[in-house]
Amino acid sequence: MSLRETWTEMSASPGLSPRTILTALAVLALVAVPLLAPQLQLLINLALAKGLAVLGVTVILRAGQVSFGHALFFGISAYAGAFLVTAMPGADLVLVLLAGALGAALSGVLVGLFVVRYRGIFFGMLNLAFSMIFWSILEKFYHYTGGADGIRLTRPSVLGQQLGRSEFELVLFYLALALVVGCGWFTLRWLASPAGQLFQTLKTNETRLEYLGLSPRRVLLSGYVLSAVLCGLGGSLMGMTQGVVTPEYVWWVRSAEMVFIAVLGGAGSVRGAFIGALIYEMVRIYASAFAADIWQLLLGVFLLIIILFAPGGIMGIFDRLIGRHRDGGTRA
Amino acid sequence: MTAAPLLETRDLTIKFGGITAADKVSVRIDAGRNLAIIGPNGAGKTTFLNICTGWIKPSSGKVFFEGEDVTPLPPRKIVKRGVARAFQIPQLFTEHTALENLLISASAREGLRNPLRPMHRIAQRDEMMNLLEMVNCADAANRPVVELSEGQRKLIDIAVALALKPRLLLLDEPTSGVASSEKHKVMEILIAALAKAQVTSVFVEHDMGIVSRHADEVAVWNTGKVQLRGTPHEVLAHPDVIHDVIGEEIA
Repeated sequence: MSLRETWTEMSASPGLSPRTILTALAVLALVAVPLLAPQLQLLINLALAKGLAVLGVTVILRAGQVSFGHALFFGISAYAGAFLVTAMPGADLVLVLLAGALGAALSGVLVGLFVVRYRGIFFGMLNLAFSMIFWSILEKFYHYTGGADGIRLTRPSVLGQQLGRSEFELVLFYLALALVVGCGWFTLRWLASPAGQLFQTLKTNETRLEYLGLSPRRVLLSGYVLSAVLCGLGGSLMGMTQGVVTPEYVWWVRSAEMVFIAVLGGAGSVRGAFIGALIYEMVRIYASAFAADIWQLLLGVFLLIIILFAPGGIMGIFDRLIGRHRDGGTRA
Repeated sequence: MTAAPLLETRDLTIKFGGITAADKVSVRIDAGRNLAIIGPNGAGKTTFLNICTGWIKPSSGKVFFEGEDVTPLPPRKIVKRGVARAFQIPQLFTEHTALENLLISASAREGLRNPLRPMHRIAQRDEMMNLLEMVNCADAANRPVVELSEGQRKLIDIAVALALKPRLLLLDEPTSGVASSEKHKVMEILIAALAKAQVTSVFVEHDMGIVSRHADEVAVWNTGKVQLRGTPHEVLAHPDVIHDVIGEEIA
């Protein structure tokens, strides 16, 4: 179960657990990608950006809620960066990232104040509604947003330097990796901390939470804003990597995809969010290359198998392999 | 000027459909006097606790805690003022262990926010372990609460409430579900702990043995009204009580 797992990870420190070692190895392998497998660099870069957004959805899952509209923050952040670069050509990468995160945090508070009043299907659908409202604004106000064509996000400078394309891509790749490690680490710590634990009690007993003197809505809002910022960071990275942001960024299919990946990786699992995103992108790219007509079918069947036979997702299968067998449920 | 009572209700009234669950209930609870509430099922005992903690709002009447009107406040704000509650059906965090439930309660009490400090390492851990020991559940500390017996869950539910360091603790049938051989032992521990922490308690109870031994005062509820109030000795010997409450218990 979630807390104990997170806790064992944090506390069983001196002896390195297989999980810690494997995580470190996976990060090292990713560090080596641009050197050893440059043809995968772009693909993995996009997968890491998506993984950050999935992590946002995962945080919400820990409170027992599902959002079908988190692409909203993904898009708001990417557009904030695009507007910034349009207004200030050659703005710095750090500034683009900060503007995106700020945009996501602000919209997270505003939308959050409204949606935290609801639970279950209403929570999920209201999130969807907000993302679709933003989508139609992007489509219709084309004088400002470029409509369906979106806005080009020209290459920002990096700490004051204008880089060439391949250097910039390299910087973005390592930035994405650093954010994945940093945000993943922070989210794990937060989930194990009192604030994160209180957040996760929303899943099991809001009555008791109220009788501990806390507002369940306020508690949900705190995690909601964190999840919005994580989605936003993913969106900013995606926008800078692709060089263009379009309304497709907030389209509901993208929100659903985030939930899909979160469940695939292991619903509620921090590492699972990234492993899920990497596997999802690989399958998507190779399946669409070799089985162009049925790749969605393949993914669908894959998810069905996961839900039926491995409810812990890929992380659940993985835990069983390294002998950390637990009874279903969520994982860190 | 006399000190304000710890909790005071004035003319609380509420109806559910045709049933009057509270009918002008005026009760005064003084600090340090443990009050037992007895009465037949459906008399409005739990409703009284629900109103006092802000969970349901009376259609008329007011609740004062330490002299201040708390009637319009939500439960969390009343809790913050020093009223904790334990439930008839334990309200615990089912994905957490017994100790974690207490740590969460301590975290809420202290308003802990540091995202980098694991909850298991907070300074209140020892205090919470002591609390678990006090309710005889130390051996269950690291077991998920769903694996525990109903009796243990009741005790942990009380401990979660006590962890908030309240001044008033409302307990809804604290010993139901606890093995009958342990009831008195548990209540003795509890009453002693409450006295030590200077917590006043109000408990709804069906076991007259518990009431006569552990309550300073008894209030008898019947059809939404306080029928009688007095010391256990007076109340339990009253013919109406024997007929309406105790008689029903035996049957």
